[in-house]
Amino acid sequence: MTKKVILTFPVDATDRPLTYDLIRIYDVKVNILKAEIQPGKTGSLLIEMDADPLRIEQAIAFLNDNGVTVSPVSSKISYDESRCINCGNCASACFSHALTIEAPDWKLQFNPEKCIACKLCLKACPLKLFKIEFSNSESY
Amino acid sequence: MAKTYAEINDKIKKGTAVVLTAEEVSEVAKTLSPKEIAEKVDVVTTATFGAMCSSGAFLNFGHANPPIRMEKIELNGIRVSGGLAAVDTYVGATDCNPENPSYGGAHIIEDLIAGKEITLEAWGKGTDCYPRKHIKTIITKDTINEAILYNPRNAYQNYNVATNSTDKIKYTYMGTLLPKLRNASYSTAGELSPLLNDPECRTIGLGTRIFLCGTEGYVTWNGTQFHSTKEINEYGIPTSNARTIAVIGDLKNMSTEFLRGVYYEKYGVSMFVGIGIPIPILDEDLARRVSIRNEQIETTVVDYGDGNKILGKTNYAALQSGEIEVNGHKIKTAPVASLSKARQIAEILKSWIQNGNFLLTEPVRPMPTGTSLKGLQEIEK
Repeated sequence: MTKKVILTFPVDATDRPLTYDLIRIYDVKVNILKAEIQPGKTGSLLIEMDADPLRIEQAIAFLNDNGVTVSPVSSKISYDESRCINCGNCASACFSHALTIEAPDWKLQFNPEKCIACKLCLKACPLKLFKIEFSNSESY
Repeated sequence: MAKTYAEINDKIKKGTAVVLTAEEVSEVAKTLSPKEIAEKVDVVTTATFGAMCSSGAFLNFGHANPPIRMEKIELNGIRVSGGLAAVDTYVGATDCNPENPSYGGAHIIEDLIAGKEITLEAWGKGTDCYPRKHIKTIITKDTINEAILYNPRNAYQNYNVATNSTDKIKYTYMGTLLPKLRNASYSTAGELSPLLNDPECRTIGLGTRIFLCGTEGYVTWNGTQFHSTKEINEYGIPTSNARTIAVIGDLKNMSTEFLRGVYYEKYGVSMFVGIGIPIPILDEDLARRVSIRNEQIETTVVDYGDGNKILGKTNYAALQSGEIEVNGHKIKTAPVASLSKARQIAEILKSWIQNGNFLLTEPVRPMPTGTSLKGLQEIEK
């Protein structure tokens, strides 16, 4: 199975090669989609993990033991639906097709499994309704 | 068999008028002829909800004691016009303070409608009749005299499609345009769009009563940049941005559901405006016009990365399918104006007419014909 998650590294974990251990010890195929990590600061990593469910579970436990928070993408990316006017500006910019606006109802749909945290929607939304918690340096 | 405005209004008053939205009539037209539609349908409602930068509001603050001739005026720190008598101003939707560019005139207008408090600060030189030189106070829509939305150019007839062939992202009023033709955006509501359902403005003119941002408004004039001689296709539709309308309405009765201040990255402030226009089905010609379908409405694809170069033509059925093909390139498409809101407006206007609360008006002056646009010449003297 594949699972897309955001890893949040505490300050003291950003200088250790934990991703390497995921691959070497747990035999997880790791596809890094976005990384914002600087030694000595908190960091974020958006990855897709591909392995059998047990190994993924063990890998997540290993990360947690090392102080890394593992969160589903949907818990870190959101928009204020009550203020949304369904204009489509975010969907127009979203090249990974996570945000779509289509017939028949022309209402915005968000599929977090397709999101790669590129943050283009943060700028594209004319009402500035998006929030992405991905590293401290750039979040709106 | 032709109908008159008076006959249609009599039906509206009696509650017997048959009203359809422009999308509904386009569907009905698949089985009914224009002649049958002209006999059965009285009014078709059209609508749009998109960014319309050429918008703004006239405000009259009332006189303070002692009075001031306001020559420099700020609302929430944003400079607005000081060129209208002592206590009048015009808040342009795109007015802004360059130090805080994401909040501008459109947001002030939205905040006023929402009933929020706005800080007014004004300066004058002091005159014999207006001795005061400075005032700082708080206003709301309830403390000021008039608040009138007046938009000089709205509801563009068939805006172009925007894309970008360069290798850099372009941040535009048509949204974020990805590099290398990775996306294309469009802002016209296709077969629901007001000026595409009456493309020669037979029924839309000075005095036409409309839905404007949640209340009734009026068409006051042709909009600026009114271009009535653009190339048309076989269905009589101009294939690029052509006619526009100027509109007016009482801001105090409007709803923030249908007027929103917005900010486009690296561009600036604009305003989403909701407009609905009823088209009376006076005869077979108008029945044929409102029956227009998305695949019959062509528009022009423009490269915003390369000096607005024209890349080709497409139609709204293709645009709404999510992908168009231009010169052999498949380009992902998405709207940048809200079709779901436009539908909501068309339905509300339909219910106002069905309930007898909204009568149609015959234009007191038609839109001009034979107009085109001038560019701006640079003349050195």
